[in-house]
Amino acid sequence: MRSPFQKLNESSIELGTLKIPFLTPLKKKRTVQSGPFWVLVQKEISDHIRSLRSIILFAIIVLTCLASLYTAVSGIKDKDPSDLSRDNLFLMLFTMYKDPIPPYITFIGFLGPLLGISLGFDAINSERNKGTLSRLMSQPIPRDYIINAKFVGALSVISFLFFALGFLVMGIGLLVIGIPPTAEEFWRIIFFIMISIVYVAFWLNLAILFSVRFKQAATSALSCIAIWIFFSVFFGMLISLIGSALAPSQTAPVEDLLSYSKFMHGLSNFSPNELFSEATSTLLTPSIRTLGPLTMSQVYGAVPNPLSLGQSVLLVWPQLTGLIAATIVCFGLSYLLFLRQEIRSRS
Amino acid sequence: MTEVMIQLRGLTKKYEDITAVDNLTLDILRGEIFGLLGPNGAGKSTTILMLLGLTEPTSGSVHVNGVDATRYPIRVKQIVGYLPDDVGFYEDRTGVENLVLTAQLNGVAQDEALDRAQTLLKRVGLEQAGDKKVGTYSRGMRQRLGLADVLIKNPDIIILDEPTLGIDPEGVREFLRLIRTLSRDEGLTVLLSSHHLHQVQQICDRVGLFVSGRLLATGNIDELAKALFEKDPIIIRIQLRSADDRLQHVLENMEDVHKIKKLDESRFELHCTRDITSEIARKIVREGYDLQELTKKHYGLDEIYHRYFEGGDRHEKPLSKVK
Repeated sequence: MRSPFQKLNESSIELGTLKIPFLTPLKKKRTVQSGPFWVLVQKEISDHIRSLRSIILFAIIVLTCLASLYTAVSGIKDKDPSDLSRDNLFLMLFTMYKDPIPPYITFIGFLGPLLGISLGFDAINSERNKGTLSRLMSQPIPRDYIINAKFVGALSVISFLFFALGFLVMGIGLLVIGIPPTAEEFWRIIFFIMISIVYVAFWLNLAILFSVRFKQAATSALSCIAIWIFFSVFFGMLISLIGSALAPSQTAPVEDLLSYSKFMHGLSNFSPNELFSEATSTLLTPSIRTLGPLTMSQVYGAVPNPLSLGQSVLLVWPQLTGLIAATIVCFGLSYLLFLRQEIRSRS
Repeated sequence: MTEVMIQLRGLTKKYEDITAVDNLTLDILRGEIFGLLGPNGAGKSTTILMLLGLTEPTSGSVHVNGVDATRYPIRVKQIVGYLPDDVGFYEDRTGVENLVLTAQLNGVAQDEALDRAQTLLKRVGLEQAGDKKVGTYSRGMRQRLGLADVLIKNPDIIILDEPTLGIDPEGVREFLRLIRTLSRDEGLTVLLSSHHLHQVQQICDRVGLFVSGRLLATGNIDELAKALFEKDPIIIRIQLRSADDRLQHVLENMEDVHKIKKLDESRFELHCTRDITSEIARKIVREGYDLQELTKKHYGLDEIYHRYFEGGDRHEKPLSKVK
């Protein structure tokens, strides 16, 4: 056994006086070879980072987040210090707002789908139209590597972006309001970021599914955007329309009212946007105790304390699993569709 | 040189109601350049896709270097380089980057991939353009880059689908010469498909005529001609200063002359069973006639092509491009 110092001395002697001894081991060529799958993932990531489209989107998202951070901070400052409960002050950075700028979570809920769509809508069909897909397919790699790499690549870009943004907001907030987050608040934010990633992953997979299905990138982009607009604008209207049609009379028994309310809640949970906003607002607002209706007898005697993190997570568990399930369904469908397709050059 | 590299047995591919490839049996030997010749939609591309395991045959088998391509496509793709008919590259990346990506997908480490890419770019004459984005390349340059891309995995077999499509004539000649030298130097087996008979004729050792999913004939050009024009493989045209019936009679009575056709006053066409050009010339001179011109008509691929593809209605059924 030789000590590192001995080694260093020897190499510096061998190399003469002019060379820096430490450089030689570094100069040695890299022989570590990443597998074909990770080569593809790397290619995807660099494609996303280089493309003007994603740069513009990233810029929009960063700017809106900074704007919402600004409004959150000024909102917090305007608040009467006496009714600030110390527990969730830090979380307010994400939920607090002052008109006309909506809070951070609303921005993510709105722009997240757009991000997912823009990263995925031309994943397969543009490669097909450029003729690169058949070239990739003639390499000795399993076919599913291609679609998996598309997913993993885009997902890592999204995760990176969201974690960076989340920590950015946390950091700036820390500087401005000067109160450090508690461990629980920190974990709530981490959970929130993870749910945002799952949410965007759902839209990403929907876009990938359409990119496999439709030969034209424009068709798949428009279909994705149509679904996005449907859920963010029309779905709410549709729900309220059905709601007003089904609404029981004021004098109906409590059971009817309760089942009606449960039904409406279940109906609205078909929308991924709704799932996301319920999940995130519950996580970031510990005082939310339930997502459904409560009877007076349930509320009576309850201590109005914020929930613990575990309880909040438990509360949003259905929403979370719903989102993950929708994501997996979309990915599974596109996987299946892609594997069964015949790849010809540019057709 | 007799080792079979590609073995197709009773290969059939049906798309709903269309039979794209019909009971194809073919052997391609190591080191030969085989041309798959046929009109558009004859099933050439489908055959190639089945060779690479990119699509499954309805029945029959494909073995590439002894490996079942349908069951082990990845092992086949390790030794086969495929240049699709309209090859696509990542336009916003340079030629070198595109090549390195392919090499890495074949498990080559980055440094070696870079070395190989530079060597191959030099080989195909693109060393100046290697660091330019592929978006700026011309059609011919792309095709040459495509060849480099195929070769970077060190294949034993290369398959080129319509490689000369859309290149100017000079580019085509250069490209074909490149393929030929590559094949000879590295002992590569080359399978190329084309509907351009003259180009195929230039470089192929053997050709297979492919129409409506069926392989009509295989062999080199001479063999094909012989098979096709069995009765009169050689046609000799002669032109004289003046001629009469006596000459016609004399020529007709020659051995090996099958038929004589009078084109006009002084020109004849002789259908012969073998090459008797010199005998005919001698005969004419000996009989005291002035021979002005004597040409032996070769059966190029043109005739073969016409005979097969455009000769009769039975092949004319247009096969709609199978998607």
